[in-house]
Amino acid sequence: MIVGDNPIKAYGLLIGSALSYPVGIGYTLFYTTPLIFTGLAVAVAFRCGLLNIGAEGQLYVAAFAATWIGISAAKLPMILLVPIACIFAVLGGAFWGAIPGVLKARFGSHEVINTIMLNFIAISILGYFTQYHYKTPGDPIMQTAPIGANAHIPRLGQFIPGMPEFIPLNFAFILALLACVFVYVFLWKTKFGYEIRATGLNPTAAEYGGIAPRKQIIVAMALSGALAGMVGIHEVLGYRYVYYDNFSANVGFTGIAVALLGRNHPVGVLFAALFFGMLERGGIPVDAFTEKVSKDIVDILKALVILFVAGEAMFQMLFSKLGVMKEQ
Amino acid sequence: MSDFITLLPILFFTTLRLTTPLLLAALGGLFSERAGVINIALEGLMLSGAFTSAVVTWKTGNPWIGVLCGIGAGVAVAWVYAIFTIKFKADQVVSGTAINILMIGLPGFLSGALFLSSGSTPSIPEQAQMPYFPIIFAFVMVPVTWYVLYKTPFGLRLRAVGENPAAADAAGVSVYRIRYTGVMISGALAAVGGAYLSIGQASLFTRNMTAGRGFIALAALIFGKWRPVQTMLACLFFGFTEALTIQVQGIQFIRWKLFTAILIIIVAVIALFVIQLGKERETSNEKLPLWITATSGFITFLLAAYITKRILGVVREYWFAETGIPIQFIQIIPYVLTIVVLAGFIGASRAPKALGQPYQKER
Repeated sequence: MIVGDNPIKAYGLLIGSALSYPVGIGYTLFYTTPLIFTGLAVAVAFRCGLLNIGAEGQLYVAAFAATWIGISAAKLPMILLVPIACIFAVLGGAFWGAIPGVLKARFGSHEVINTIMLNFIAISILGYFTQYHYKTPGDPIMQTAPIGANAHIPRLGQFIPGMPEFIPLNFAFILALLACVFVYVFLWKTKFGYEIRATGLNPTAAEYGGIAPRKQIIVAMALSGALAGMVGIHEVLGYRYVYYDNFSANVGFTGIAVALLGRNHPVGVLFAALFFGMLERGGIPVDAFTEKVSKDIVDILKALVILFVAGEAMFQMLFSKLGVMKEQ
Repeated sequence: MSDFITLLPILFFTTLRLTTPLLLAALGGLFSERAGVINIALEGLMLSGAFTSAVVTWKTGNPWIGVLCGIGAGVAVAWVYAIFTIKFKADQVVSGTAINILMIGLPGFLSGALFLSSGSTPSIPEQAQMPYFPIIFAFVMVPVTWYVLYKTPFGLRLRAVGENPAAADAAGVSVYRIRYTGVMISGALAAVGGAYLSIGQASLFTRNMTAGRGFIALAALIFGKWRPVQTMLACLFFGFTEALTIQVQGIQFIRWKLFTAILIIIVAVIALFVIQLGKERETSNEKLPLWITATSGFITFLLAAYITKRILGVVREYWFAETGIPIQFIQIIPYVLTIVVLAGFIGASRAPKALGQPYQKER
């Protein structure tokens, strides 16, 4: 653009590398997986009228819970350990998500501030545990000891022909697709989901209709945290095999963009996550092969998407003005 | 206690230094939130000021021009935020988050283009830094803010627009114009706070260098109940805990006595809060004599301090018998405190009534 590199080349790199088979697509789907989880997490909370900015903290707690069980129960057979570790991740996230839910329901304190504070608290406390209790002695990097091999979930490269095994795309991607289906069924086909949506649309009316908004708020936040927590399954059990301090590259915040762009609907979230996953993957070669365009362009694009989706009224104004001009 | 006393003067100046960016951002947030616009974007506004002032100061060698340009950038970004939230009625928290993400990416992108390094800008020489002015400016801004807010027509309109925009509109106040002004003032102040980080405390801009200070400032604003002096006290308190973590970083573990002292200070802060809350409740009924309030406050404080000490003793015996208290436990104090205060002491009613609601002028 204005900075002196060929824009077509930069965008070409961005999109081309994200869609090449099999490496590009593999990595794109790998980056998509956590965004599906956090996107769904934000969407579920949104449907209940809550903004969950705390997906970041929830996924850290979940990742650490999974790591903890992966280290301390490393001797269990794989068939037991993997599901247990997954359940711990989900429960960890649900627990951390339920805290702002309870605070909102019980004291009426705003979930946005509470989730931001809980993000900082999670990072600090988990940093403490990593540093003093679960680190391999002498390791200069802030990460825990590796989890047992029985807690690893398989990479998809083992099953899909032509997909090299070094690509960290793993089983969590399938789980993410299942989570989309689950959220759809839960929100639109069950009584619970109906009550959550009713609370989000109009808490007062819901209460008159016999729904307890306080309970819905707690359930929605716990579910939101559980979904964010599944990022822990993807990152720890499927990719890093350790808890790495500060591993998430703002996946929780990107989840807000994903949910917004996906209109808080599971199908929309899936495609929005794919779009952002493409950007994440495409940003790497842009950084490496152009002189001046850095991968920060991905953050900028993300921010612009959020802004323009949030400010959709702008387009309505624009169109109505155009309409007026035509009439004249 | 001796190590605590030797630390005290250093701690005092470090506290002032670390409070400055928080205070500027929080006062900025005050102008915007009192007008009814939530300002989660403080973080991004600070970053825009930090980046611009670092680059301009490096280019010109003059920190005053740098700060002015930083303010310009902050106002410009705040203007964009205002257009989206006020004119297009976008969700304020969501677009604030977008501004924050944008300001993580944009400085990196620009500095990558200008200096071929997306991580940081070139370092500016020491004589072009501005280590003291922003500190003074920040603390002078507290009475200025108070005066503007409570003693000028503009302040009255600002508060009216934040509490009841429809009534203000009916009284002939332009809701949109006041809100735009409030948000842009918040951009200017937050930008000075950011500039202090890049050309006051450091000599260059690094990626995401505010590291969550905008959010802490927001917490301080809520903690201070959207009032200038209380907000300053909250900022000082947060600055103090941050100063502690920095001062004892080399030690890694804090001595028990020091930790107890800190906790007692915190208890004192909470006790003060309770007393003040009691005072405000009484305004509706008959007023209690001052000595009763004071004595009850003092007894509350003593009781709380005693209980804190006993609980600490138990915790110490069970978990940290051999070591001291890890630094992370000091770090989380402001965050935990914010949650506790939010849940216990501040009802939703204290926030400006129209906070977060876009205003639609009737046609």
